Amino acid sequence: MGMTMGEKILARASGKDLVKPGEIITAKVDLCMSNDGTTHLNIDIFENQLKAEKVFDPKKVIFIVDHNVPSESAKTAQVHKKMRIFAQKHDIPFYEGTGVCHQIMIEDFVVPGQLVIAADSHTCSYGGLGAFGTGVGCTDFTSVMHTGEIWLMVPETLKFEIEGSFKAGVYARDLILKIIGDIGANGANYRIMEFGGPAVKRFTVDDRVVLCNMAVEAGAKTGLVEPDQTAIDYVEARGRHDMNLFTSDEDAVYEKTYQYNLDELEPMIAIPHCVDDVVGVTQIGEVKIDQGFIGSCNNGRIEELRAAAQILQGKKIDPYVKLLISPASKAVFLEALAEGLIDIFVESGAMVLNPNCSVCWGSCQGVIGEGETLISTGTRNFKGRAGHPNSSVYLASAATVAASALTGKITDPRGFAV
Amino acid sequence: MRNHSTKTLIESLEREMINVITGKVWKFGNDVDTDQIIPSQYLLLPNVEEMKQYTFEPLDETFASTVCPGDIIVGGENFGSGSSREQAPLVLKALGISAVVAKSFARIFFRNAINIGLPVVICKEVYDAVEQNDTLEIDVLKGTIKNVTEDQNFTSTKLPAHVMNILEAGGLIGFLNKK
Repeated sequence: MGMTMGEKILARASGKDLVKPGEIITAKVDLCMSNDGTTHLNIDIFENQLKAEKVFDPKKVIFIVDHNVPSESAKTAQVHKKMRIFAQKHDIPFYEGTGVCHQIMIEDFVVPGQLVIAADSHTCSYGGLGAFGTGVGCTDFTSVMHTGEIWLMVPETLKFEIEGSFKAGVYARDLILKIIGDIGANGANYRIMEFGGPAVKRFTVDDRVVLCNMAVEAGAKTGLVEPDQTAIDYVEARGRHDMNLFTSDEDAVYEKTYQYNLDELEPMIAIPHCVDDVVGVTQIGEVKIDQGFIGSCNNGRIEELRAAAQILQGKKIDPYVKLLISPASKAVFLEALAEGLIDIFVESGAMVLNPNCSVCWGSCQGVIGEGETLISTGTRNFKGRAGHPNSSVYLASAATVAASALTGKITDPRGFAV
Repeated sequence: MRNHSTKTLIESLEREMINVITGKVWKFGNDVDTDQIIPSQYLLLPNVEEMKQYTFEPLDETFASTVCPGDIIVGGENFGSGSSREQAPLVLKALGISAVVAKSFARIFFRNAINIGLPVVICKEVYDAVEQNDTLEIDVLKGTIKNVTEDQNFTSTKLPAHVMNILEAGGLIGFLNKK
């Protein structure tokens, strides 16, 4: 009986020839990463509870300040300082204000076949490069940072076979919202979501990351796409050549297989307050908005910024709507500058922010007030996620957010797409 | 010999204390995400003691001030979904919550709770049979739950041995330090 690619990555990491779903393994971790959402607690556990002195491998532990950056309070500044001092002391890679942690990991560290553990739920993003990333809490993370190992249960795998082509104004973001709407917020709980089929083979790394990144919103342990030349080219262009290309066997066992055809897909919206409450943009009715946000580890990359710029070019946003745009990393920001996208955004009336988690995280920039409505390319629309407990968040593609910022209400981007 | 049996008795009593939990029910719904348990804006406070007063703020502003040590949270499907913030089980534990019972848990919350020594119990049936303020008696090791108020018994999922060992050590750090 064959293995899925996820099982193969876990088999390699645990030094076994074969693993099966349900088996508990002890796996060696290739990389681990922590951000300012929880690192202050990790450091406390590391120094005071574990009484550890060294991280397992300073080249494989990465600290990234991306959640509340630049700091909005003296307390936050203290947290960042604590991270900075620890990173310097242990000589580990440290990033501050350079981008959303997962985007930095994808640009600078991850290669196909790795097992990556990070103290952030969207670590499943790395499946876009064919690596097994999964999120953990502080204690698990701190244990990994110290020992380089973690216990994991081998999950079942769900397969998503995608065919067809996106129509104009429809994106990978709409596909993953559609999938989560169909299977539910725990539809993949404890499982791997493996995305494949002819359409995914044509997807860029950016689009693959969009799919894998939100696997956790269906409860999944990770999302994966088989690595191919597209993934190899991406990492080799960034100077990384040592990788393991695991693909699923013909006779691999999947718990269930789902089929999707992109030809039939329309722009999708997740309505408040759950990510699996998803409707097509044509069914949304009139929903006025107060703010739009384009950014996050899900949807702040160059392709999404281009889609937004196409719609905003030469136009002005609604005078009573704020549009906030945060490129996912410094590299994305520079690319957007070179392409003139930032000019388009600023001229349209948008506020362009430094690369960070921003509005998606709802604690630093662009927080919304009582009764306000946000349309966002972020990862979550939970109650109060972007500010006041009594506010509303709708999730959509960058194109839909841009179109909505022009009209002041949730708007189908297909009327604007070039 | 006598010393040995005394030690065994104390150990078994300690196990009993961990494994049999009695407390009053706080009932919540399906898909209680970790942003509801502890909103983002409080995560960077310096420690859990400062955070715990904001527990469940979006759902019930009075929760943190009225919850009593030993109380039990009962949730529906997918309890603890969303963000990986360990602050979510940590604030519950800091307020003295003795266990969380749910129809199902999101995986990161489940791991985090085990790792900090907060018992998490999966039971499909109990949710519809309990009301706010009922008293539950949970035997984590045996996998049984009793609604003392209604005198009803339920079976819960037993935890795998490896996971039970972590819980009994008071969490992953205790487990690692013991090793």
